[in-house]
Amino acid sequence: MPVAHKTGTVKSKQGSNAQSQKAPAAKTVKAASKKKDEEDGTETGEGDEWMQGKTLIKPLDQLDLTEAELKEEFTRILTANNPHAPQNIVRYSFKERSYKPISSVDQLAVHFVLEGNLLHQDSDEARRQRAKQGLPEEKDTVETAVAEKPETPAAGGEDAGDVEEGGGEERADSVESKAGKKEQKITNQFNFSERASQTLNNPLRERGCQTEPPPRANFSATANQWEIYDVYLEVLQKQEKNKEKAKAVPKKDDDKGKKKMMLVETQSDDITKVAKVAKIIERMVNQNTFDDIAQDFKYFEDASDEYREQEGTLLPLWKFQYDKAKRLSVTALCWNESYKDLFAVGLGSYDFTKQGRGMLVFYSLKNSTFPEYIYPTTSGILCLDIHKHLPYLVAVGFYDGCVAVYNLKEETLQPIYKSTAKSGKHTDPVWQVKWQKDDMDNNHNFFSVSSDGRVVSWTLVKNELVFTDIIKLSLEGAVSEGPEGVQLPIMACGTSFDFHKQIDYLFLVGTEEGKIHKCSKAYSSQFLETYNAHNMAVDAVKWNHFHTKVFISCSSDWTVKIWDHTIKTPMFTFDLNASVGDVAWSPYSSTVFAAVTTDGKVHTFDLSINKYEAICQQPVVAKKKTKLTHIEFNPVYPIIIVGDDRGYVTSLKLSPNLRKKPKEKKGQELPKGPEVEIAKMEKLLSLLREPENSNA
Amino acid sequence: MTIHHTDMPEEMRVETMELCVTACEKFATNNESAAKMIKELMDKKFGSSWHVVIGEGFGFEVTHEVKNLLYMFFGGSLAVCVWKCS
Repeated sequence: MPVAHKTGTVKSKQGSNAQSQKAPAAKTVKAASKKKDEEDGTETGEGDEWMQGKTLIKPLDQLDLTEAELKEEFTRILTANNPHAPQNIVRYSFKERSYKPISSVDQLAVHFVLEGNLLHQDSDEARRQRAKQGLPEEKDTVETAVAEKPETPAAGGEDAGDVEEGGGEERADSVESKAGKKEQKITNQFNFSERASQTLNNPLRERGCQTEPPPRANFSATANQWEIYDVYLEVLQKQEKNKEKAKAVPKKDDDKGKKKMMLVETQSDDITKVAKVAKIIERMVNQNTFDDIAQDFKYFEDASDEYREQEGTLLPLWKFQYDKAKRLSVTALCWNESYKDLFAVGLGSYDFTKQGRGMLVFYSLKNSTFPEYIYPTTSGILCLDIHKHLPYLVAVGFYDGCVAVYNLKEETLQPIYKSTAKSGKHTDPVWQVKWQKDDMDNNHNFFSVSSDGRVVSWTLVKNELVFTDIIKLSLEGAVSEGPEGVQLPIMACGTSFDFHKQIDYLFLVGTEEGKIHKCSKAYSSQFLETYNAHNMAVDAVKWNHFHTKVFISCSSDWTVKIWDHTIKTPMFTFDLNASVGDVAWSPYSSTVFAAVTTDGKVHTFDLSINKYEAICQQPVVAKKKTKLTHIEFNPVYPIIIVGDDRGYVTSLKLSPNLRKKPKEKKGQELPKGPEVEIAKMEKLLSLLREPENSNA
Repeated sequence: MTIHHTDMPEEMRVETMELCVTACEKFATNNESAAKMIKELMDKKFGSSWHVVIGEGFGFEVTHEVKNLLYMFFGGSLAVCVWKCS
């Protein structure tokens, strides 16, 4: 039964009918209409004064109750219980796993909530807000919202304003913040404007960069005990080497200094450095090329000589020729005493009509293809001689009558001395020159003989040649009428001469007339002896190397004659069937000599073996037309060189038979050699003399 | 001690060699400590990052920054390889 829904806010549990009845009756008429039905009795009982005027109207649907029922009193209790609240709530209890009724049910019913914004000033929130404002409590800061009572009366007006506005919290906050600092500016609230500006901020940009990484390399190795050991050994060796070098360095420094000097000097001409080497190489090449010849030269001994007692052979060895000397004929040959393999060749021409240039050429046996020294001359050379003791001094006689001395040591191609017309050169070709021993002043001197009939001695005094006429060859008995009736002796032409090996002043001169004169240096006009040697010009006169009395001569009258200078007639005469160009004694035997003829043959004689014939007659040159002009024995080796009129020089080796030494008592060896030779010769001569004596 | 192979500049080489010798002498029995010492000192002096191998028998193939490698022998039987590669 709706009981108190009419009632307002207050509910009480007081159960008083009267009061409750009064209340509703006072308030609503409609509500009371229903209740009036139930409470007619009471209402009428006390009822209002204004209600009495009316009579009861019964609604149509009113219950008809009996009197008894009408008098029944119903008690109504007014409680404070919430009619909407459930009276029996049952909750599930997990603890007891069953539904349990809740003992007390909440009876509160909330009808209306309105939240207010009042804070107690001592509460936390209030304190916080005050702190936010940053105000000391004395300050005014008005907050109706904060509910702070302004303490300063000055702010009272603002407070009011704020309050009226209805608590703009924000505004209050802003005001507070500005005023929060000490000695804060109190901005005029009504006339305050804030200004702010922002500078231009450059836009941000991202940049990235990566440098090049440092270069990397791979490395691999093995670290083993033996590897380590090897490395240590190497290091030790290096250290030792360094020590040696350190010792050698102070020595080497001097050498280096010298070397630098030399380098500077020879830098200009590089070929000179190589020259020496090139020379050696050239000789090596030659040796290889002519290897067989070299072997023959050294070792070959003709075995067949054992079977031929009376004969020997000449083995051809090297052939020397020079391109530029092809048209010239060999006019002189001379071996060098000091350098046994070096010989000089004089080139010129015998032909009277074909007189051109000449050449002085030196060959070595070690190099047969190219001369060692070459000196071209303006006039043809006819004779030359190398000084016995000074192997670099060469005396040369020319066709034009000049004589010259060359120094091989000098770099120039010119002679160091040359005779001129002023200095007494010959007027006719010089046929022979010969060095003499140094004179009293230790000056070198040599003799020359020429067709002008003079034998001249030349002395090398400092820078010039001083000449001295030794003798003038005059024809005996021949006197010619000169101009103005003066009788001039006609000069004979000297074609050859030779000086005695032991007797210094004695020399022989061969003439064009065929006579040989024995002269002395002391006597200038007279001969000691004259031999009518040949019918034609005497081409060569040579003293024997061993026997002091014997000399040999050859001539174009095809004969070779051997003389004893004490006897006017020759000891031996040999007819060679051709014009004999030259004859030479062998240096090793007193009885061996060789002669060359214009038919290209070399005739070798050994008087101890065969007194009448040559033991060797051998053509040496290929073409028969070639005339052999000169021959020379090598003082040491068993070879001879032969020159011909084509400019060739051929070297030949003498076979053993040609170099026989007399086999006397075994035990008598070399020291007695010369004496043996002399004795040998003497024997021969004595044989000859006796028959002569006997004949005479 | 001898240097077997290196491409370090003169000064660096000398310094590194001295350092290796010192370390090996100090930690004669312990290669690891010696290597550690060398590595740390090298990092400090010449920058990161260095690698050190010490031993008596090993083979290796490494990539190293140019002019930052030293391979030397010490004490007749010990090989030390130091290289830089970050």
